[in-house]
Amino acid sequence: METTNKISFNRRSFIKTIGLSTGGLMIGFTLFEACKPDSNVMIDLETLNYKDFNAFIKIAENGMVTIYSPNPEIGQGVKTSMPMLIAEELDVPWEHVLVKQADLDTKNFQRQVAGGSQSIRASWMPLRQTGATARQILINAAAIKWGVNPSECYTEEGIIKNSRGEKLSYGAVVSEAALLEVPENVKLKDPKDFKIIGKDIKNVDIDKIISGKPLFGLDYKTEGMVYAVTLRPPAFGQKLVSFDDTEARNVNGVTDVFQFGDKVAVLATNTWAAMNGKKALIAEWSSDEKLMSTEDHDMELTKLLDSESLKEVRSDGNIDRVKNTADKVIEYTYEAPFLPHSCMEPMNFFAHVTDTNVELVGPIQTPEGTARQVAGMLKRDVEQVHLSLTRIGGGFGRRLIGDYVVEAAEISNISKKPVKLVYTREDDMAGGFYRPIVKYKISAAIKNSKLVGYHLKETAVGSSINRSRASYFPAGCVENYKVEAAQLPSEITTGPWRAPVCNFLATAEQTFIDELAEELNQDPVALRLELLEKGKKNKADLEWSPERMIGVIKLAAEKSNWGNAKEGVYQGFSAYYSHNSHVAEVAEVVLRDGKPVVTKVFCAVDCGVVVNPLGAKNQIEGGIIDGIGHAMYGEMRFLKGKPQSLNYDSYRLIRMMETPVVETYFVDSNEDPTGLGEPSLPPVGAAIANAIKAATGQRYRIQPYLKYMEQVSEIV
Amino acid sequence: MPTYNLNVNKKNHTVEADENMPLLWVLRDLLDLVGTKFGCGIGQCGACTIHLDGAASRSCLMPVSSVGDAKITTIEGLSEDNSHPVQKAWKEVDVPQCGYCQAGQIMTASAFLEENSSPTKEEVRSAMHGNICRCSAYNRIEEAVNLAAKM
Repeated sequence: METTNKISFNRRSFIKTIGLSTGGLMIGFTLFEACKPDSNVMIDLETLNYKDFNAFIKIAENGMVTIYSPNPEIGQGVKTSMPMLIAEELDVPWEHVLVKQADLDTKNFQRQVAGGSQSIRASWMPLRQTGATARQILINAAAIKWGVNPSECYTEEGIIKNSRGEKLSYGAVVSEAALLEVPENVKLKDPKDFKIIGKDIKNVDIDKIISGKPLFGLDYKTEGMVYAVTLRPPAFGQKLVSFDDTEARNVNGVTDVFQFGDKVAVLATNTWAAMNGKKALIAEWSSDEKLMSTEDHDMELTKLLDSESLKEVRSDGNIDRVKNTADKVIEYTYEAPFLPHSCMEPMNFFAHVTDTNVELVGPIQTPEGTARQVAGMLKRDVEQVHLSLTRIGGGFGRRLIGDYVVEAAEISNISKKPVKLVYTREDDMAGGFYRPIVKYKISAAIKNSKLVGYHLKETAVGSSINRSRASYFPAGCVENYKVEAAQLPSEITTGPWRAPVCNFLATAEQTFIDELAEELNQDPVALRLELLEKGKKNKADLEWSPERMIGVIKLAAEKSNWGNAKEGVYQGFSAYYSHNSHVAEVAEVVLRDGKPVVTKVFCAVDCGVVVNPLGAKNQIEGGIIDGIGHAMYGEMRFLKGKPQSLNYDSYRLIRMMETPVVETYFVDSNEDPTGLGEPSLPPVGAAIANAIKAATGQRYRIQPYLKYMEQVSEIV
Repeated sequence: MPTYNLNVNKKNHTVEADENMPLLWVLRDLLDLVGTKFGCGIGQCGACTIHLDGAASRSCLMPVSSVGDAKITTIEGLSEDNSHPVQKAWKEVDVPQCGYCQAGQIMTASAFLEENSSPTKEEVRSAMHGNICRCSAYNRIEEAVNLAAKM
């Protein structure tokens, strides 16, 4: 695998310092990428710039190990699972490991991003290599001390042992290890010897979370900090014409009010005063007459579906020919609305801009790109920008976009104060970068009761299906296959939302497969398996694996007792590949007072090695329940560019009483790990739609489904 | 500005605050007790849940002037050492994903179990229905409440 050699260990040194958390003397063990020509000296930690380190690991003389987790933690569990990879190869007991969140450090860490479900996949080899290299240096140091060959030494849970029966703890040899060359091509453990990977490991922040310790961006405070709340245009596309801040300035606690761009910042000594100051502002906005409503988007997207604007994304065979010669062509349209992300922790960030320094602290999924954006806005060298990550109260893609970090820096730059920018829930919901409104028109050409052609058209605002996503199942399984797409420009901003594009593409396609099975009078699972058998022959062209897809489909069918549900229980099937993982799901629906209720979901996942089953299961369940909630209830509507839901009284999220039981099954695998934060969400929309169809005869093609259910029950 | 004497986590605090300032912001910004979270500001999500004389209450809607002598308990005061059964169950089940809503969930659950020490499944689901978990760790929340009830 090419990632194995990406981390280079040219030099390293051991750093001596006093008084760190474990008390007494602690030896910091840091792996330098490349710095001073002579590393054979002891260096005082205090004299070094922290950014010079590749600070993954520190080992104390008492054997305690501190591991820095590089990537943002948004609830996907990487602050636990990434250090697990290092600890495994370092061969230390997990109980001896203290995990700390690393700051943004582009010199020493790669890809400090929470996005695309890629953290574990991308770091699987590099982080193991980091741990294994450190372990080998410690072995070498002990071997010299003993006067034996390193090959006669081995490690066990933080202790180095040799064939003569001697023992030394890691802590006892760290300073000697400082003088040694860094070994290359160290051997990684055989997966059968894993002691940490594959075990249920609890969230490393659990004690702090359950006792309310300051962990999140909104909890961060510093001396002299003021709070900022902003007034922003009520509609996308509106501009600020003028504002009157007389009343706002009279609010007790408000210290400053000023315009920046089309926004007005209110600064105060506490959050509440800043919010009240904002409420007291009187602003005049430009006309909203020409701004688009939801209905306008809807109409334009429908028009686009049959327009010349569609561009080919992928084409196999000749779809037009098979459509013309088919016995029958079926065609359906599927629609999904704009969705806000609704992270529980509203957008916020701390910024302190001085003449020489830009300090940023808070929740962001893309620290590196955002630091660069801030530097660009302030016209500063990016080296001046220091960004510290906090634990993040939900991401879902919203915090891939650092607009609120740039705003915080701008407000601090204007006010010359350390500032904490806080979004109200209303600011957060109206803040944009929504999951795009999207429509899919899918048609199938049927000849001699077989699928011979598949044609998908997408129209959406903003982000759109690309070649990679157009090549997911059922691509490669149908000879004549075509995907086309067109984008609709809009003032409403859109962006990634958990499992971008796939979050509804999968719903449309997997619902369509169900409709196709119905048309062919075939079992939906049997039809998928038949298509995948064809895909097996075509695999060179596919990034996903028909074999692994067949594996999860069979596992889900077996665990759910597919086709043999209890009386009164109706099942729906769905399977999808995304974020490098293969997932199949069966939803079960019962009727209560004639209304369909989702009671259970079975899920089979092939994500390669499961690093932390306890955390992995949480991700799968969360993705499924999140997917059900948004499919059933989620919708952001607009009137002349103005968001119509601003808080949870008018925007419904799934809650406990609507939550089904979820049974998760992981395929036993030694393949390298793949994504987990996103892939369980895409299939579930179709799984429930297909189960509802089985239960009620009603086919839902437009989300949110609840809207149509209420209509149905009213008719009944 | 008026002054208020508040009993928070068995300690007395004197704060100077606007009479309409919600207890949430008094706790977070004036007393540095940031365990209680801001989620929606309109009592819809439950992230700001605290105990007022033992009853689960939404601190985002409660003006500081209305608190009076009531004893306030926040997540920081639920136990000295994470030994409250609900905290123990939360850890055992490993409930959180992002963790942001969890203080509110724990405060709702602990007040509920004081009232009803052996709840049915439906009672647990109904009691926790007012607290949103955007990560949707609802099944683990339910499991932890049930486990805490048995402790």
